Amino acid sequence: MKERLEICLSGSGGQGLILAGIILAEAAGIYDGKEAVQSQSYGPEARGGASRSEVVISNNTIDYPKVMKTDILLALTQTACDKYVKNLNEDGILLADSTIVTEVPNISNKTYLFPITETAQKKFGTKLVTNIISLGIIVGLTKVVSQEAIQKAVCSRVPVKAKEVNEKALLLGFNIAKDLRTKK
Amino acid sequence: MNNQKNIKLLQGNEACVEGALLSGVKFFAGYPITPSSEIAEGMAKKLPKIGGKFIQMEDEIASMAAVIGASMAGLKSLTATSGPGMCLKQENLGFAIINEIPCVVVNAQRGGPSTGLPTKPSQGDMMQARWGTHGDHPIIALAPSTVNEILTLTIKAFNFSEKYRTPVILLLDEVIAHMREKVEIPAPEDIEVINRKKPTVPPEEYLPFKPDEDGVPPMANFGEGYRYHITGLVHNYKGLPTSDSQEIDAFIRRLHNKIEKSIKDIIIIERYLLDDAKIALIAYGSVARAAERTVKLAREEGLKVGLLKLLTIWPFCSEEVNKLAQQVDLIIVPEMNLGQMVLEVERASRGKCRVVPYGRVDGELINPIEILGKIREEIKK
Amino acid sequence: MKTIIDNYIRKEMFPNIWCPGCGNGIVLGAIIRAIDELKWDKNEIVAVSGIGCSSRITGYVDFCTMNTTHGRALPFATGIKMAKPDLKVIVVMGDGDCSAIGGNHFIHAARRNIDLTAIIINNMIYGMTGGQYSPLTPTGKFGSTAPYGNIDQTFDLAELATAAGASYVARGTVYNARQSSSLIKKALDKKGFSVVEIISDCPISYGKMNKMKSPVDMLKWIKDITVSKKVWEALSEEEKEGKLVTGEFVNIDRMDYSEKYKGIIKKAQEMGGNKQ
Repeated sequence: MKERLEICLSGSGGQGLILAGIILAEAAGIYDGKEAVQSQSYGPEARGGASRSEVVISNNTIDYPKVMKTDILLALTQTACDKYVKNLNEDGILLADSTIVTEVPNISNKTYLFPITETAQKKFGTKLVTNIISLGIIVGLTKVVSQEAIQKAVCSRVPVKAKEVNEKALLLGFNIAKDLRTKK
Repeated sequence: MNNQKNIKLLQGNEACVEGALLSGVKFFAGYPITPSSEIAEGMAKKLPKIGGKFIQMEDEIASMAAVIGASMAGLKSLTATSGPGMCLKQENLGFAIINEIPCVVVNAQRGGPSTGLPTKPSQGDMMQARWGTHGDHPIIALAPSTVNEILTLTIKAFNFSEKYRTPVILLLDEVIAHMREKVEIPAPEDIEVINRKKPTVPPEEYLPFKPDEDGVPPMANFGEGYRYHITGLVHNYKGLPTSDSQEIDAFIRRLHNKIEKSIKDIIIIERYLLDDAKIALIAYGSVARAAERTVKLAREEGLKVGLLKLLTIWPFCSEEVNKLAQQVDLIIVPEMNLGQMVLEVERASRGKCRVVPYGRVDGELINPIEILGKIREEIKK
Repeated sequence: MKTIIDNYIRKEMFPNIWCPGCGNGIVLGAIIRAIDELKWDKNEIVAVSGIGCSSRITGYVDFCTMNTTHGRALPFATGIKMAKPDLKVIVVMGDGDCSAIGGNHFIHAARRNIDLTAIIINNMIYGMTGGQYSPLTPTGKFGSTAPYGNIDQTFDLAELATAAGASYVARGTVYNARQSSSLIKKALDKKGFSVVEIISDCPISYGKMNKMKSPVDMLKWIKDITVSKKVWEALSEEEKEGKLVTGEFVNIDRMDYSEKYKGIIKKAQEMGGNKQ
C-alpha cells in the first residue's frame, strides 16, 4: 500500500458523509494505529447542498491534511461524481452509487458501480445506512483499513440503538465488495 | 486500544475544549457562530460536570464582558468566536488589556470581510489580532497548525494569560478548527499549569497595579478581602484614574514591556530543514502544513527550501526572521489573505533578502503544489 | 463629624467629578444608606458600572468596584455573579448607558433573572458628553442633538423590566431620597434581577436646555412630573400624560439564574462520564 492514501467521500448534505469520514479516520488512526486526518467541506445547509469529507491515511506524520490527488473516491450524487472524478489518480478507485449516479465518465477497471441507496432502502428500510454500506464496500475493495478496525470504529461512533443495524450494513458492504471483485 | 496513552480522534475545536479543561478553565461565555460553535457546545456539556459555569450570552460583546467579569472573580475563563464576533469583542478585549485581566479568546478564522465565508478558512484576521482594539497595546496570539497543537497551545494560552496578566488570542482557522486528527491527551500531572500571582501583602497595603520586577502586578480576585477599583480609564498603582502624564507614560510602557521582556518565553517557532536552506517559507496555521509538504517536494527536486513555522504570531519573531533573511536569498510567505504576515516579514528582513507574498483568498486552503509553483517561478526571476 | 457615608467611600477620590446640584450624589447616599441598613460586608460587595457621569459612582465607593465599558456593566456583572454567586453584585447605570447602548443586556439580564441589582440613574440626558438626548428624554424636550425638540418616543424602563421578567421593579426620585433608599434596600435584598430607576436631575445640561436653570427648579420639576402609584390610579388618561409613576411595581419570588445553574451542575454530574 502507498505511504499516503487520500480518500474523498462526496455527495450532498444529510448523506452522512462527514460521519463516514470520521469513522474511517478513527479506524485508521485509533484502531489500526496509523496517522489519519479527516476534514470536510460543506455549505451552510444542514441538508442538501454539496458535501465532501476527506480522509488522509498514512504510516507517517501527515503534513498537508487535504486531498491532493484522490486515491479512493466515493460519489453519492451525479454532481459530486462529475466534480471530483477529475481529481482522481490515474490508478484511483471510484465507487459510485448507481441508484443516483447514472453517467460515469472514464470507466476503468477500477470503477465500481452499485445501487447503494436502493439496497439500503430495500434491506434496512432506511437510506440512513447508505454511508455505512459504502464504507463496508470501500474497505472490502481496498483494505484501506482493517475490517476489524472499521467494525470497532462504527460501533464507537453510531448511537447505541443504531449499532446493530449499522454493523449489519457494514457486513453487507463487505459482501457486496466481494461480489464486485469477483465480477471484475 | 492503547492502555497507557489516552489517544483520541478529536476535532480541532474539541481539542481546544480538552486543552482548556486541562488548563483549569472554569468559565465559558459565548454566542453561536460558525466555525467555532463546537467549542461552546463542548463547554456547555463539560463545564458543569466539573462544577464550572457555561453561559450563552445575548451577543458577542456580552460574552467578552462576562468572561472578564468571571476572571475578575477568580475563574479561568474562555470565549470562542469567529471574524464577525471578533469584531464585536474588540472594545471589551481592550478593557481586559488595560486592566490586565487574564482570559483566552479563540478566533476560528473564516473568510471575510463581514459575513464573508462562514464555512471556509482564511487567515485574514492576523492584523486584527494585533491591532483590532484601539489604542497602543500589546497582545499575545498563538496559532496552532494541527489538532494536537490546538490542545497544547490552548494550555499555553491560558498559562501566558495568567503569567503575564493579559488576554491571549488563539487564532485558529476553519480547516484546523473542523479537522479531526489523532490527539494524545496528556495526563493532568504531565502538564504545566500556571496560575496568576496572588498578592503577598495584606489588603491595606495592596496596590493592584504596582508591578513586580517582571512587570506583572499580583492579582487579587474579587471577594477575597482585597477591595479595589478596576477601570477602563488609564489608572495609577491604586487602580484609580490618573491624568498625571508621568503615570500615564509609565503605565502604557509597562503594558508593552511586560510582554517584550519575556519575548523569549512567549515566542514559539519551529524550524524545518532551514540549516542549509537558500529559500525559506514562513507560514502558520493550516498553511504551514501545506508549506511543509512543499519543502519535501522541493527537496526531491534538489531545491534547498526550508520552513519557518510560527506557533506564536504575536509578538512577531522579528529577530529570528532577520537572521533568516541574512542566510537565504528568498523568503516566500504563503498565507490565506492578500498580504498581512508578509508585511511583518518584510519589516523584520530589513532588505537583507527578497520577500515575496503568496496569497489565496478563494476560501480554499493553499496547497503544496501551488507553493512549489511559486518557488519555481521566483527562482527564474 | 463622621457619618455613615464616611464608612463606605474612598476619600482620596473626592471631590467628585459631578457638577453642583447633580442628583448622582443623592443616589450615592441612598445606596450607601441602604447597604448600611442591610449590614453587608464590604468585602462581599461588587459594584459594577458602565460609562457616563453616574458610572463614576463605582470609583467613589469602597467595595470591589469595576467601571467597565459603555452599556456593558450588566454582562460584566453577570460573569462575576456566575463565577461567585455569593458575592452581592450591584450595577449602577445611567439612562443612555442602560436603555440605549446597553438596552439588550438589560432585557436579557431581566429575562435570566440573574441575581443582580440594577440601579438606573435617569437624568434623561447624556450629561458627560454634553447634553445629547437619550431614549429617556421626554418627547418635545431639548438636547444638544435635539435642538428643535425631541421627536422620539421614550422607553418606560420599569415596564420594560417587568415585561422581560425582573423579580423586583421600582421607581424613585432624587426629590424623595428617603423613599429611593428604601426601594434600593428592598431591591438589594431581593433574590433575582431587581431594578430601581431613580429619576434624577442634570441642571447643567438638561436643565439649561429646558428652561430649568437651577437645581432647585429641576427638583421642583421632578416633583411635579412624578406621582405615586395610588395617585396615578385615580388620574384620568389625560392627566397621566407626561407623568411618571413612582413606587414599587413588581415584587415576586422566582428562582434566580445561579440557583438554576446549580441544578444544571447537579444534572451534569449525575449523568457522569466526565471524559466525553
